[in-house]
Amino acid sequence: MNTLTATDTLTLEPPAPAGDDRLAAIARGGQFDAVVHPAVDREDATLEVRDFCLWYGPKKALHHIGMRIPRGKVTALIGPSGCGKSTLLRSVNRINDLLDTVRIEGDMLLNGDSIYAPGVDVIELRKRMGMVFQKPNPFPMSVYENVVYPRRIDGERSRAALAEVCERSLRRAALWDEVKDRLQESAMSLSGGQQQRLCIARAIAAEPEVLLMDEPCSALDPIATNKIENLIDELRGRYTILIVTHNMQQASRTSDYTAFMYLGHLVEYGPTADLFRKPRLRETEDYITGRFG
Amino acid sequence: MMIHLHKEIENLKKRLLSLCAVVEDNLRQSVQAITERDDRRAEQVIGRDLEIDQAEIEVEEECLKILALYQPVAIDLRFLVAVLKMNNDLERIGDLAVNIAQRAIFLNRELPIEVPFDLNGLSEKTQTMFRLSLDALVNLDASLARKVCAMDDEVDAINRAMYDGVKAMIRRQPEHLDALIALLSISRYLERIADHATNIAEDVLYTVQGAIVRHAREFKRLPPEDAPPASVRRD
Repeated sequence: MNTLTATDTLTLEPPAPAGDDRLAAIARGGQFDAVVHPAVDREDATLEVRDFCLWYGPKKALHHIGMRIPRGKVTALIGPSGCGKSTLLRSVNRINDLLDTVRIEGDMLLNGDSIYAPGVDVIELRKRMGMVFQKPNPFPMSVYENVVYPRRIDGERSRAALAEVCERSLRRAALWDEVKDRLQESAMSLSGGQQQRLCIARAIAAEPEVLLMDEPCSALDPIATNKIENLIDELRGRYTILIVTHNMQQASRTSDYTAFMYLGHLVEYGPTADLFRKPRLRETEDYITGRFG
Repeated sequence: MMIHLHKEIENLKKRLLSLCAVVEDNLRQSVQAITERDDRRAEQVIGRDLEIDQAEIEVEEECLKILALYQPVAIDLRFLVAVLKMNNDLERIGDLAVNIAQRAIFLNRELPIEVPFDLNGLSEKTQTMFRLSLDALVNLDASLARKVCAMDDEVDAINRAMYDGVKAMIRRQPEHLDALIALLSISRYLERIADHATNIAEDVLYTVQGAIVRHAREFKRLPPEDAPPASVRRD
């Protein structure tokens, strides 16, 4: 027991975990135990990912992912580039099917219905989900036609019904006040942030069972980002949202649950407040505090 | 890698350890001012308190700056919150050392009397607790921090016994009333320093384990030494 001096060093590294380092084990392709907090299991799940694996050609990009996505909550997928978070998100609406080299094992269930069972009508399946991409992708048509598009292709012809869908969706997307007098203008004339909220309005016009967001703010400035984050908060409860984000602070601000992925594996999954205060795993702590990745 | 944040935290640690060193030295000097009847030491202690107060403000400003600029999470956040709290404890220990030094100066004007309780034992235990709490901080050592928390009961017991000893002595030697009351105050100051050392140890436990252990006995929710993962799935 020595008297302290100002030159003593103080290490912030927590004690090394017993046994093998999990990330090294993953990198070696070894067995790996994901840690899922019990709070996740107590939630009612809209989407259930079951022992899901995915290959791009010979490369295995997702390894036995098991996740329940809670109903009405915002779940964020975080992890370094190449960890598989976008691949997992795109597997939910089977966009990956468009690539010939993709092969999968396992399944996902949307409200109990298999997503990957043989004979599933992918078009009908995708109608049950909304997708928002990194870059806003409004269709080259009017603001109004963009929003009502999913209802039109679903056979809705009533002008009154479509007008009601348009207003309700734009209000929920916090865009109504800004575009209510410009509904017939081209969607391309809107700002980037407005275009992204328009895409969210279009996604929710179809009343999706799950809303998938792939880095929805990465092409936006801080003010537009703030509006999207506020919008996500507004949508919480009404929609189940699964969001991929590179921005850790965005994950901590917007999500109820966070899943940390690494090299195609789920590492730790639990309530965001717990994960960002005291994650169970040293590996998660190292990633979210910027000590690696 | 969040290099800027980690550099800022390193600088904060240096400031904190420097504050710890001054407070620890002031506490030791204040006790020696009593045992050696040394006014000079006591005056030094009182003079250096301004340095401690200044350092406390600097540490707090650093913490607030880091929180505002970097929004740290997980262990970085827990460490910063713990530093904010222990900074306060360190400043209070500094003030209590000044109180002890002031009583030492008073006692040095009085005739030497027999101390009716184990003053040396109490001061040694308190200083040991404080040193151990700082060692626990430096090494982020949870088991050492738990040891400090357990020692607080021993200090409380000596402090309780002290009351009976002082009361009996006042009855026997009422002419030394003022000196005995000064000793009573010193005992109380030492006991409060032990409480602050316990707070520091509890903040170390929070930093390492992420669990708030304060009042745990009252709530009967002492955390297990190593909480196992909630559920582990085999992929």
